[in-house]
Amino acid sequence: MNLKDKLIKAFQETESTLSFQKERKDSIRRLEEFGFPTVKDEEWKYTNLLPIIKNEYALSASESLISKNLLDEYILTETETNVIAFVNGEFSHELSDIDTEKITLCPLSLAEKKHSTVVQNYWGKALPEHPDSLVALNTALSKEGVFVHVPKNTVAERPIQIVYFTTNISSDLFLQTRNLVVVEENAQVQITERHQNIDQKEVFTNSVTEIFAHDNSLIDFYKIQNDKRNCSLIDNTWVKQGKNCTCTVDTFSFGGKFIRNNLSFLLEGQYSESNMRGITLIGVNQLVDHHTLVDHAVANCQSNEMYKGIFDDNAKGVFNGKVMVRPDSQKTNAFQSNNNLLLTDSASIDTKPQLEIYADDVACSHGCTVGQLDDDALFYLRSRGIPFKEAQAMLMYAFANDVLSNVKIPELKQKLNRIIAEKLGVQIDIEV
Amino acid sequence: MLKINNLKASIEGNKILTGINLDVKPGEVHAIMGPNGSGKSTLSSVIAGREEYEVEDGTIDFDGESIMDLSPEERAHKGIFLSFQYPIEIPGVSVSNFLKTSLNESRKAQGLEPMPAGDLLKMMREKMELLEIKKGFLSRSLNQGFSGGEKKRNEIFQMAMLEPKLAILDETDSGLDIDALRIVANGVNKLKSKDNATVLITHYQRLLDYIVPDFVHVLYNGRIVKSGTKDLAHELEEKGYDWIIKEAEQL
Ligand SMILES: Nc1ncnc2c1ncn2[C@@H]1O[C@H](COP(=O)(O)OP(=O)(O)OP(=O)(O)O)[C@@H](O)[C@H]1O
Ligand SMILES: [Mg+2]
Repeated sequence: MNLKDKLIKAFQETESTLSFQKERKDSIRRLEEFGFPTVKDEEWKYTNLLPIIKNEYALSASESLISKNLLDEYILTETETNVIAFVNGEFSHELSDIDTEKITLCPLSLAEKKHSTVVQNYWGKALPEHPDSLVALNTALSKEGVFVHVPKNTVAERPIQIVYFTTNISSDLFLQTRNLVVVEENAQVQITERHQNIDQKEVFTNSVTEIFAHDNSLIDFYKIQNDKRNCSLIDNTWVKQGKNCTCTVDTFSFGGKFIRNNLSFLLEGQYSESNMRGITLIGVNQLVDHHTLVDHAVANCQSNEMYKGIFDDNAKGVFNGKVMVRPDSQKTNAFQSNNNLLLTDSASIDTKPQLEIYADDVACSHGCTVGQLDDDALFYLRSRGIPFKEAQAMLMYAFANDVLSNVKIPELKQKLNRIIAEKLGVQIDIEV
Repeated sequence: MLKINNLKASIEGNKILTGINLDVKPGEVHAIMGPNGSGKSTLSSVIAGREEYEVEDGTIDFDGESIMDLSPEERAHKGIFLSFQYPIEIPGVSVSNFLKTSLNESRKAQGLEPMPAGDLLKMMREKMELLEIKKGFLSRSLNQGFSGGEKKRNEIFQMAMLEPKLAILDETDSGLDIDALRIVANGVNKLKSKDNATVLITHYQRLLDYIVPDFVHVLYNGRIVKSGTKDLAHELEEKGYDWIIKEAEQL
């Protein structure tokens, strides 16, 4: 049975037990009608999903455990945080470390019972009326994920770490994870998220995260994509912003074989700011696709977009940055940059800015560059005794530094530095 | 220390160096002069190991061994230092981090442990004082937005930190005001010893008033067409290159 039919069948078998029946039914119908996207879809022109979806996947796995030591390898351990962890799609009490009074952090399945009003008010509400079939699929079949609620005038003092593990699975696995983040007026939170497979089997995750940023809120969301090479991820993030709030989503893509990020901001309140930044550093047989959308639906907002990509071997990158400025959205500032380094002739990047500007009093800019490491700079460093590999690494750090320097959690910045050094095969500790 | 024999080099099919002979001994200062485009910077790049140049003939020995097959970093580790005519701007790499990496990689190549951070900082401070470099300098991006003079001073700062055996200073004097020239020249003189050597590439006598050369060479069309003592530099300052070019072309 092909994957689509298998998913539809699974839905029919579980339908009656799921919440949000109507939404889920509508959604599965969308999947039924449109199927998975193909390279004929404009939005998927450069990214072929076919090799991923033609694989055979189980849609759930039995419960399993991982050790606390293993967990520690994948999270920040020196910073005081709240950790919410899942193994094979199920919430893990053992691994999670949640100590919150002021905010709510719990599995979504629990929130549906204990915080049903909030969930009812927000679940699915950041998504477009006609979502693509992957988002629809998640809506139809997702059962678990993270619920974060930061009440009015509250600062979540500890960052939240979200980890989705997979381990001890008997066959390749296709997961639908779902996060709901509601940050009320004048509230603040920092969140990190990663998906981590420990198993030799393949894991394909189709994730949806909805973020609601109310007036005067401040949100930093960091996605660490450094999964094993047998993993694929489609990460759909939808942010809805009120007035005078700032939301940042940074995405660090190093691992996995196939990553598609769909990141969308809807600016509905004036004087708000959306930041999206990313570092992509990939090599042999890896693909990372960033599709971003900022919808300036009101005036006086700002969006800043900065993605840096370094592509080695036959790595493939895709960047599509859409900025929409609606007719009455005067005084919009929208900045976008996508800079890329191709280290070999067989690495590639397809980069496309897509500005749709219908207001006249706006400042919008975009710049895409594709280049190689500067030979003069390399020679300069080497002539000072810095070996070729280290010199290359230094230049790549320098290239990516604009993004890294914005990371606000010091330990996370260190960890990212370490991951980058490891990826580049160098030992120099570079604090650029 | 440095012995170059009949060196011929080209880039992208253009023959730039057409037979260079040069012998630099420990303790010596050599000045290389010559019109624009004669190949002075090319010569220094080839000595430092720039791979874009193709060496077609000849040999380069350093301390009695050929360095022709060595990478730029290996040459640096042997003690060759090139002060660039046009230092490269590297945004995102701080001066201090660059120096730390550079110094510790050189130490590593010599089998030494990294220099303790405290010692390193102390050394940087000393050398900065020597070259009258301002404090905030260390945390700036390498050469980015530096004035012409600051870039040159930074080159000599690096040299002071790395303590090379052979320093090739490619037009380090250009772009320096009178005070800076004095400071930089002073720095170079302080670093001089009987064991190290300096090659100065310059267009101007004024540098040679401060750093007095033992030999002056004139490079023209990729060859050294005349060598002499410091008096040759004075002669060039007065008469220009025409007479040497004529002499050379008559040969
Ligand atoms: N990549 C290249 N391709 C072709 N010609 C080159 C290349 N690089 C350098 N040249 C040429 O080689 C010649 C020597 O250049 P070089 O920079 O060594 O001169 P120079 O003596 O240092 O001059 P200046 O006094 O202006 O610094 C010049 O004619 C230059 O145009
Ligand atoms: Mg020159």
